[in-house]
Amino acid sequence: MDLNFDFAAEQPKLVQLLIGVVAFFAFIGLMLLLLDRAPMRQRARLHALILLGPALILLGIGLIIPGIRTTLLSFMNGDSSTWVGFENYSWMFTQPEALTVLRNTLIWVLVVPLLVTAIGLVYAVVVDNTRFESLAKSLVFLPMAISFVGAGIIWRFVYAYRPEEADQIGLLNQIVVFFGGTPQQWLLEPPVNTLFLIVVMVWIQAGFATVVLSAAIKGIPSEIVEAARLDGASPIQMFFRVTIPAIRPAVIVVVVTQCIGTLKLFDIVRTMTGGQFDTSVIANEMYNQSFRYGETGKGSALAVFLFVLVIPIVIYQIRNLRQQREAR
Amino acid sequence: MTATVTPTPQTSSPPPSTPQSRVRKRLTSRWASLIAIVIALLWTTPTFGLFLSSFRPEDQIKQTGWWTFFSDPVLTLENYQSVLFSTSSSSGQMASFLINSLVITIPSVLFPVALATFAAYALSWLDFRGRDWIYIGIFALQVVPLQMALVPLLSFFSQGVEIFGLTVLPAWDLEGPAKFIQVWFAHTCFALPVGVFLLHNFMSELPGSLIEAARVDGATHGKILRRIVLPLVLPALASFGIFQFLWVWNDLLVALIFAGGTPDSAPMTVRLAQMAGTRGNEWQRLTAGAFVSIIVPLAVFLSMQRYFVRGLLAGGIKG
Repeated sequence: MDLNFDFAAEQPKLVQLLIGVVAFFAFIGLMLLLLDRAPMRQRARLHALILLGPALILLGIGLIIPGIRTTLLSFMNGDSSTWVGFENYSWMFTQPEALTVLRNTLIWVLVVPLLVTAIGLVYAVVVDNTRFESLAKSLVFLPMAISFVGAGIIWRFVYAYRPEEADQIGLLNQIVVFFGGTPQQWLLEPPVNTLFLIVVMVWIQAGFATVVLSAAIKGIPSEIVEAARLDGASPIQMFFRVTIPAIRPAVIVVVVTQCIGTLKLFDIVRTMTGGQFDTSVIANEMYNQSFRYGETGKGSALAVFLFVLVIPIVIYQIRNLRQQREAR
Repeated sequence: MTATVTPTPQTSSPPPSTPQSRVRKRLTSRWASLIAIVIALLWTTPTFGLFLSSFRPEDQIKQTGWWTFFSDPVLTLENYQSVLFSTSSSSGQMASFLINSLVITIPSVLFPVALATFAAYALSWLDFRGRDWIYIGIFALQVVPLQMALVPLLSFFSQGVEIFGLTVLPAWDLEGPAKFIQVWFAHTCFALPVGVFLLHNFMSELPGSLIEAARVDGATHGKILRRIVLPLVLPALASFGIFQFLWVWNDLLVALIFAGGTPDSAPMTVRLAQMAGTRGNEWQRLTAGAFVSIIVPLAVFLSMQRYFVRGLLAGGIKG
């Protein structure tokens, strides 16, 4: 094995990093200098311009103009040379391969928020006020720090397949064999392979739900809990009659965030199956169409559709937030 | 270590009076601890399996499950050596990609934190026309999926801006290490909506009398920001910083498009995704490589979990 790793070859990158950091401090210095020089008045239009300008320019270049352009591109053909009207959209809703993508995304969006919330809620309740609560929560929370790519590899290892006569190296197939079954190639059989990918997402996100819901449970006024207990409520009754109604807003936050995150999901599918075997989802298909097949029109149409799907969820969330604020 | 999760009786609750209720209580708490243990095991075992495997010799990883380690313990560091430092292109060359990840991540955290701080200060404490509309606009931009921005932003970098054949901005034509600039740029743009929202939440909660008093004393906005606001919102900056760090370090999509796939500029996530695709059964490299990429965010996360949780509860989840 050749271990002559050449650190000298890495130097230009570190120089680039240094340039970036120096540029950062120069930027801060310049901003503060400008701020100190601008005359103080009650109406601070000049200061606002200095402070907001850089952020607004970047938002314009990085999000607003590209968003508009993508919308336009979705009405054009693959290399953006002619207008094609709604052709890309009719492709999306009629062609079998595109419909599979939409069906998979629908399964993801229905299953992930449900499982994440349910598991997070049950776990938060059962570890609440136990001696090992913080350790128990940390264990479930840890996957949140792991990249989707890393998690994809962890779970591919769990799903790993060896022929029946060989020793299994994947935990899942080992368990199947232990109980007398035959090992399966879990990621190759549609439509169940999508469920095996969903497991990975749930595994990553359950910690988020646990933390948010656990904080909400701790916020339930103790008088309510005491009153219910004195009335002789069983733990199960407590859970459904007291806990759930009291933390409803937090549950909604979790469900909404999970819906949005799941709609945009890309990394897990790309790492584990690459979207093959009928597992592709909108974000993955959008990447393939735009950056691999050169079909910018179709890719843009998928991106716009994603945007349209997210809007109602966010409006619902904003209305919900406003109601909470008024109730306070 | 998780097998000891048992609920302790609450000291504040009155002791169960009748024998039946005591039995029932113990039964449900037994079920509760069983559920807790099962979930905790399910959530830790996959990572533990990968971790253990990354230290096992290649032929053992490929032929036996990691649980056989307990009957036949053999450990080696060879996987890590090979995946990090070997120069043959079939192995990981992870050291290069690790450096790329660092070079990408550090400025991609610094710039959004600074820009969002400035913007959030203006939106919370300056008085100017259109302030609320600008804030609502930035808030609403959280909705735009970054998929919407990828194609046009890439062409902005590679072709510049042309309006009716007139070149307004030339192409950036970044080559070699300068390519990192476009990755920093993209990450900064995409982080701003959630960053401004989060920091505005914290900053607008500060007592207005504090800022008013400083202004009466003749302090400039630069001074107020530096001396008064910044020390008070430092925890909020920390939580946004950690979010952004984890997001950038773990990102695959933005890196794939703006950093490319070569050891010159691609981060570890891109390399791991490549290895999982082309060398999906080279488990000795995949396990070690994955663990190298996991260990950095895990360390940051564990040491600063408090700030992370606080940001999470304040709505700092990026869509």
